[in-house]
Amino acid sequence: MNAPVPGALTSSLLYLDGVSVSFDGFKAIRGLSLTIEPGEMRAIIGPNGAGKTTMMDIITGKTKPDVGTVMFGGSVDLTKLDEAAIANLGIGRKFQKPTVFDFHTIEDNILLALKSKRTVGRTLFWKTEEPQQKRIDDILGIVKLADKRDRLAGSLSHGQKQWLEIGMLLAQDPKLLLVDEPAAGMTDGETAQTAVLLKEIARDHSVIVVEHDMGFIRELGVKVTVLHEGSVLAEGPLDQVSANERVVEVYLGR
Amino acid sequence: MITRFLLQKMDRRGGIFLAILLGLAVLVPLSNLLLPASSPFHVPTSTMSLWGKYLCYALLAVSLDLVWGYCGILSLGHGAFFALGGYAMGMYLMRQIGSRGVYGNPILPDFMVFLNWQELPWYWYGFSSFPFAMLMVLAVPGLLAFVFGWFAFRSRVTGVYLSIITQALTYALLLAFFRNDMGFGGNNGLTDFKDILGFNIQAQATRAALFSLTCVMLAVGFLIARGIVVSKLGKVVIAIRDAESRTRFLGYRVDRFKLFVFTVSACMAGVAGALYVPQVGIINPSEFAPANSIETVIWVAVGGRGTLVGAALGAVVVNWAKTVFTSGFMAPYWLFALGGLFVVVTLFLPKGILGTAEALWARRRKPGTTPAAEPAPAE
Repeated sequence: MNAPVPGALTSSLLYLDGVSVSFDGFKAIRGLSLTIEPGEMRAIIGPNGAGKTTMMDIITGKTKPDVGTVMFGGSVDLTKLDEAAIANLGIGRKFQKPTVFDFHTIEDNILLALKSKRTVGRTLFWKTEEPQQKRIDDILGIVKLADKRDRLAGSLSHGQKQWLEIGMLLAQDPKLLLVDEPAAGMTDGETAQTAVLLKEIARDHSVIVVEHDMGFIRELGVKVTVLHEGSVLAEGPLDQVSANERVVEVYLGR
Repeated sequence: MITRFLLQKMDRRGGIFLAILLGLAVLVPLSNLLLPASSPFHVPTSTMSLWGKYLCYALLAVSLDLVWGYCGILSLGHGAFFALGGYAMGMYLMRQIGSRGVYGNPILPDFMVFLNWQELPWYWYGFSSFPFAMLMVLAVPGLLAFVFGWFAFRSRVTGVYLSIITQALTYALLLAFFRNDMGFGGNNGLTDFKDILGFNIQAQATRAALFSLTCVMLAVGFLIARGIVVSKLGKVVIAIRDAESRTRFLGYRVDRFKLFVFTVSACMAGVAGALYVPQVGIINPSEFAPANSIETVIWVAVGGRGTLVGAALGAVVVNWAKTVFTSGFMAPYWLFALGGLFVVVTLFLPKGILGTAEALWARRRKPGTTPAAEPAPAE
């Protein structure tokens, strides 16, 4: 899908190699290596404290690794950039706890996320053009919030906030989406719908999904990476991974 | 394009506010100048000057509301920008005195002669020119805010830590301006002004003109602040207030947006100070006192944080109350009343006077529906 960038060191969209980071002596990530190909959807599972969220923090620039390589699009070193620069490169993130702008309307939440120049001058004299408005309308339709567009985001239910946040990710139109526990706190029906939505998104984006819910991951039907104590324990299709003895021991068995 | 920017999405509240300001700008000076003192509609000069002072405070409150109410930056040092604007105006007015000072020195202000200074310090150059002084009214507070904000926002200093360093900033300036060798008149500050742009500063007509100008500048300041907060940039700024790191992950450089509103706000506070000085006739270091900046926060909270109009309203109401309470038998209790007011507003009117009044109004008109919440969450 994405042609390799000239001068690229790897054809992978995201390439992590030998990444380690510790907080006050605690090694949250130790020697983590992971590659995501363009257009791939990957599920990441692991017990609490396995380093899933820290891994996302490293990719999005919130945390700097002590050692290791983090490359995006084959040639961009993410460890040298800050959050805003990484977001503008095309990496979007959905947080574990849904974080939307409670005091903005649903439509404004999407507008803020909509791909555009993020400079002070551009936003000060911003005027929403027709194609942009159409894109906002489309996204509101996809996440099924079109009829609530003028309501404040703070008034949404937990599940709807998760969806709004996914809508915001879509509006950013990132090359890579990092989605942290999209089904947390959702009803079974909402969970199933979320899986459908993510599969739809994965058709033209690369996606990393961190999730605890095995049923949800089964529905996604993608390659799974199991993290344990900050490094990769197993990788492969869900059936193969869940048959792995070590995985059963540290995670599924509990 | 500028007009469209300033008037975009004008609502009824803003319209009423502008109409009132325009009315005051025209009617009060007319009544003061044309009606005989015996007329019940005559506004005495002292009252007009007093209200001119309130309106300067209102502009200061609007500037603080822009950063606090919309961007969540609780500046406890906005009085510093106000005072710096005031000093820039004061320096112009000092230079206008010329040889009419007590010592009759055509170049040096009295306090410099008194200190045996032989020549004008370099930083007083240019202040005899009105346009230059007006530029400084904007540039000095703006530059200080820019440099201060540059370091604070890039280092991601937020919340109470930022509030404390803004407080320290104004306190440091207070101490600096107290020193005689700073060259700003030390303890006494700048006073004994004679005229402004050639007009006698004590003359009734000059005072009326200053009052009108204050109304107009408050309206302009309000329009600029409103233009900013209803633009997409305003939405970004509110997003920063409510979820700063989320905004960063959307790709906005949070520090630059904060720096922009902080600098604009400081310039606005400087203009308020510059209008204040010719109307009260003095500027001294006490304007830098931390308590002044904290009082400004109270005005905004009382009027309604995150509403702009509410901030102006709060400034006028609290200062009017201060005038009433500090003259007469209630005088010793003013500070208790002010503190009590802040507590009462925080506990019972979290949206301030304006927010509460509008909520009541909306409920009366449309029973059963909740009014659209004003973006003013707890810090």
